[in-house]
Parts: sequence; C-alpha cells; structure tokens
Amino acid sequence: MVKNILLVGVGGQGTLLASKLLTTGLMEAGYDVKMNEIHGMSQRGGSVSSHVRYGEKVFSPVIDRGAADILVSFEEMEALRWLEYLKPEGKVVVNKFRSNPVSMLTGDTKYPENILDLITSKADAIILDACQIAEKLGNSRVMNIVLLGALIEVIGINSIDWEGLIEKHVKYDFVDINIKAFKAGRNQV
Amino acid sequence: MKRLMTGNEAIARGAWEYGICFASAYPGTPSTEILENIALYNKDIYSEWAPNEKVALESAIGASIAGVRSLSAMKHVGVNVAADPLFTFAYTGVNSGMVLISADDPGMHSSQNEQDNRNYAAFAKIAMFEPSDSQECKDMVGEALKISEDFDIPALIRITTRISHSKGIVVCEDERLEMPNKPYIKKMEKYVAVPAHSRKLRINLEDRQKRLAEYSETTSMNSIEWENRGIGVIASGIVYQYAREALGDGASYLKLGFTHPLPMKKIRDFASKVDKLWVIEEGDPYLENQIKAAGIICSGRDTFSGIGELSAGEIGLKIAGNSCEVLSSDTSKVVPRPPAFCAGCPHRGFFYQLGKMKNLMITGDIGCYALAFNKPFNAIDTVICMGASISTGHGAQKAFEIKGEDRRVVAVLGDSTFFHTGINSLLNIVYNNSKTITCILDNRITGMTGHQENPGSGYNLRGEPASAVNIEEVCRSLGVKNIQTINPNDLKKVKETLKWAMELDEPVVIITRWPCVLKKFSQEDKTEFGNIFSKYHVDIEACTACKACLKAGCPAISLSKDSKKVEIAQASCTGCGVCAQICPAEAIFREEI
Repeated sequence: MVKNILLVGVGGQGTLLASKLLTTGLMEAGYDVKMNEIHGMSQRGGSVSSHVRYGEKVFSPVIDRGAADILVSFEEMEALRWLEYLKPEGKVVVNKFRSNPVSMLTGDTKYPENILDLITSKADAIILDACQIAEKLGNSRVMNIVLLGALIEVIGINSIDWEGLIEKHVKYDFVDINIKAFKAGRNQV
Repeated sequence: MKRLMTGNEAIARGAWEYGICFASAYPGTPSTEILENIALYNKDIYSEWAPNEKVALESAIGASIAGVRSLSAMKHVGVNVAADPLFTFAYTGVNSGMVLISADDPGMHSSQNEQDNRNYAAFAKIAMFEPSDSQECKDMVGEALKISEDFDIPALIRITTRISHSKGIVVCEDERLEMPNKPYIKKMEKYVAVPAHSRKLRINLEDRQKRLAEYSETTSMNSIEWENRGIGVIASGIVYQYAREALGDGASYLKLGFTHPLPMKKIRDFASKVDKLWVIEEGDPYLENQIKAAGIICSGRDTFSGIGELSAGEIGLKIAGNSCEVLSSDTSKVVPRPPAFCAGCPHRGFFYQLGKMKNLMITGDIGCYALAFNKPFNAIDTVICMGASISTGHGAQKAFEIKGEDRRVVAVLGDSTFFHTGINSLLNIVYNNSKTITCILDNRITGMTGHQENPGSGYNLRGEPASAVNIEEVCRSLGVKNIQTINPNDLKKVKETLKWAMELDEPVVIITRWPCVLKKFSQEDKTEFGNIFSKYHVDIEACTACKACLKAGCPAISLSKDSKKVEIAQASCTGCGVCAQICPAEAIFREEI
C-alpha cells in the first residue's frame, strides 16, 4: 500500500526542510520513497507543494486529486486550495496562519472568511497554531517542525528516530529548539 | 550507498561516476541544479556557466573533440539557442563521449512555452535517452556516454520537470570511473564541416543511425513487462510511471528508455501480443506518429491532448474508467498567489516610474522583471524569449515610425539576459540607428533561476573570482553614445533619466545598478553598495490612508484592518525606501540605527 502525504504552503515557510526530514526518515526505515516539488517561483511568495509518497514500491512521484491520505497545510487558504487532493476519508492538518497575497495587500481581493469551519465540515481536521507554539519556544521559524511533529503523530510510524534525524540535518545551534518544536507538534495530536 | 536525489542531482552524480571532465550550461528552470550539483564535484569535473546555451554546447563539443567526456545542460528553449552547433556535431561525431541534457517543461511551470524536445533527436539524428526516475537519470548518463563513444554520436538525455525535480532513491557508487583521456588527433575530414567533408559525413550519419536502431532493439533500456495482455501500453519518461501507477497489473508495458531511433521490431512484436495498444505521451505524438507510420494500429493522441501535463488519474480514468471520489469544496474565494517582486526588489522603483509614463510600448524579456506586466505596474507589453526585448523593441520602434505613430519603445532586460543574447541585439540598435530606449536592469546576479553567477557578477560557477564585465563599457564599445547608470530605488533619478532618454532621437541605454536583495553579497557588493539594509516605519498620525504607497506593490506594505492606516511588516521590509518617496504625507520614515 502506498501512502500519500501532501505538504502545502507559501514560499519561505519551510515546507522543504519538513519534507526532506520526512522522506529521509521514511527511506532509512526501508520504504521506497518518491517526492515531488515544484520550484521556480517559491521565493516570490508563490504557492508551494511537496508531494511525498512511500510504500513497498512507488511509481509516480505525484499525488493526484482525491489521493492524499494526509494533507498538511502550512497556511489556511492553501488548505482550501488543495483540499480536493485529499481522500474523502483522509486527514488534514492545518496551521492557523494566514499569509496575504499581494492582491490583498493592495485591497483588490479579500481573505476568504470561515476557511477553518469549511475545512472542518468537509474533512477530519486537526487545527493548530504552529506559529504561536514556535514563538513561545523562541523562534517563529521552527513552525515547520511543529507541523512535522503533528504530521508524524498522525502517520504513527514509531520505528524511526525522528529526533536523531533532526540532530543530523539541522544546524547545531538550532537542534534543541527544533526538537522541542517537534515534540510540541506531536503533543498537539 | 542509497541516497534520495532529484533527477538533476542524479544526473550530476552520474556525471561524476562516469568520468565526465567538462560541463557547461546556462541556467534555466528546470535544468539549473544539474550544473550547480556538478560544481560540487569540482575536484574531478571542471564546470562553468556559459553566457548562453549555444556557447555552453559548443564548449562541450570542443572538450569532446579534444578528448575528455563532456556534458551540457539546458532547459528546452535553450536547445533552440544551441540548435545550430547540435545539428552539425551529429555529422562530425565525437572523440570522447558528449551528453546534452534537455529539461522540458510540460505544463509550463516556469517557461514561456511547451515544446517537446524529443523532436530534436529525430531532427538532428542523434541518440536519445529518456529516464523515468532519478536512478535512471544517473544510470543513463553512463550508458549515454558509452553509446556516444561506440556510435560516434552526441547523445541527448531528455527529461521533464517532474523528472528534474522529483526525488527518488538512488544507489550511488563510491568510485568514479576514471576514463583514460583520449588523444587528440587532427582529422580534417571528420571535424572540418565544409561541404566536401559534410557530404561524406551525411552518408556516414545514416549508417550510424542504422546501427543505433539495432542497438535500440537489444538494449535493456527498452524493456517489456508482461502483465494483462488485454491492454498494451508504450510510454517513456515520467509517463511510464504515471501509466504503471494508474493501470498496475491491468496492462502490459513496453517501457522505452532509448527513444531515438525507436526499436520498431520490438514495438511491432509487443503490439502483436496485446489486444489494444496505447501509446501514451505528454507533448507531441512523437512515438505515436512513428509507430503509426510503421503501420501499427494504436491509440493515444485521440484520447490524450498533449497539452499540459498528464497524470496517473487521467490515464486511469480514460483507459480503465477508474474514477476516484474527490472532496468538493467551494474554492471560488481562494485567491491566486502569482509571484511578485520581493520586498526591496530593485526592479520596483524602476517599474513604478516607467509604468506611469504614457504612450509607450515596453518590450520585456525573460527574468524576474517580466512580472512587471502585473498590477500595479502594468509595465510590460511583450515577452518572447531570452534577449528578445531589444530586437523586438527595435522592430516595433521602426514600425511605429513607418506608420507615423508617435510612440516610443522601451526595451527592458536584465544583466544576465543582456549577456545571453542582448548584446547582439544592441549592436543592431546602433548599426540601424534605432531610438529604442534600452534599459538594462543590472541586479548583480541571475535572479529568477535562483542566484547564479554570470559574466558581470565577478564570480564563476566554482565560486572563484572572475573578471566582471562592465556593461557600460560594453555598450560604449558597441557605439552607444548616450548611457546613464542609475540607482533604481531613487525615484526622482529614475524619472529624470527616463525623461532624458525620451528626448533623445538616437540609441540610448539606461543601466540600473542595484543588487537583488536575496543574493549573497560579495565583498565587492559590500564595498560598492555599503549596508543597504534598514527598516521603514509608518507614522500612524501622519498617514492619511491615501493608499498611494500601495501602488508600489510591495509585499511588506498593507492596510491595517485595525487602524485603517498603512503598516509595514518589519520582518519583510529591507529598507529600499521606495514607499517613503511615494508617500505624499511624508508619513513613512527610516529607522535610525
């Protein structure tokens, strides 16, 4: 059985590191793993996505509409944009965080209302304020690892030494806060 | 050793493992990371950025003829630029193996067009490989080099965005294959492509094609997986993975990894053993047309349009009728996130002023500045291809003169694009006395593709100091007499300089010189520009909420819901000061540090 995990967000939110840790852990646990990311415009505030697929044998690196077992959205509106990629019985993890596209800054468009209610009414949703949790730990940038922690708890693979992986892949000075963020995320689920 | 690698990383790994000594490229999504990763093996591989793809390919050709294994990588449209040497190199053939990587972009994630560069292999009569995952990307570099040498032909490895940017598990070797360098032997009848020689090479090329076709029949790159014989699928590259995903054991597969020339006997044999044959392709019906021309009945383009990308879902639905339930949700209120100029982008001030000028046609180019077509600037009229801004601008200006229309043309391109193919167009401006206003937005780096060094940046791909070309001197030496170099963040200066240029009736160049705020600053940048970073604040009392500053389209500036006044996100602001110059109430001020 191949599992599909879709991580979505806005350029600069750290989806790349989260998916790198996730895929490395899955590979080391013996799974076949494929991941797809669309690069190019991410630094300029674009919508970004990482498709992660793992199982005994994986063919396509891309998750189709209606095929994601878990959707992790680093931003509220992105969760709605990608919701149709989730299996109807899938789980969605949403970060209670908003990022405004330029058209909203200039007042040409408005941020949609009641997104979280809408998502909760459609799918099995876990909503957390990863940004606030990260800020309390002392650095809002570890928001991505809080979300990774929540995701790992949802996946439920306990045979992988995730904290050891964080130690290996994060700069020495930031290991402690990232491990705290990871644990805090796990506790949210 | 097992590693998770993108296709681009795996190609770079293959370049190292299989003894490539020379690599050259011009950056272009989705191909850029190939050379960036090859540069990490700089002890064993000499690598460099070329000013354009033609130069990159010609350099790799030279290295091959001189006797080392070489590689050149580019995006699909780059091969158009490099097509001239490619076609003749097929005639002369190689000395050491040469591999050209073409990274196509179906779906146009980061490109101005879709084009199926598999056509180039048939057109230029060269060998072609199509890997379907990262492992194959690495392995096929080795096989392509071998074939290039055995058959005396350049080899094309054609990938697509999903191959370039997807990660998969790759088994890496710990040792590099050390190829003995080949001696260079002068062979005029082989390497001097004058008509007398080329006529012979032309015949020889056909012979090499025939031998390659035999290889195509026997290579393990073209393999059959027998499952259900009710449906037979022929596919190459990423599409094989989509089909395998969608149809599983419900079909048999002829997976093609070597796709020029095609193994037509193998295809015919496979076709005869399945009930219904599907040829599934993104892009052009490259395989299907050849298969049909061989008299084999199949389906493909009648069902799959070839526009944009395919997916496993679409294949499963159209061939096997597999549909899956999708969560319906109202996404009509979901706002798009088009890419925009970053906070502090040096293009902002320039386009803020240019966009306000009337009776212009602004010819754009390939790079971040193409985003200025968007609101609030609306300041780009055309984008065609690399370097086209100056020459399309020239033609347009002459046309307006022919029509008696009083409209000025402003051509806009970046530093790297100017070096790529802008210089020859500027030469044309001078030679044919064009009053097109050429604006070179020099942000000291190749921005859009993720900050690659270029001939003007003072460093090379390997991070070593390099001669930095002076754009002003280049323009002057081409014969441009009117040149001004300005700071694009100085709105008054931008306006004055544009006005100065409009009053001239002869070739004129405006160079804006200010670094991309996302680039890694070199010592020379720090010396020239000082510490450019600071923060700006809004005096809430003074702000009249006139929203004039929002016209700068800066992602750091927004209207506060609470105060109904403008606020500047301190985490994003880099201190370019464009908004403060726009504010009529003088309510935006610089933080004194």
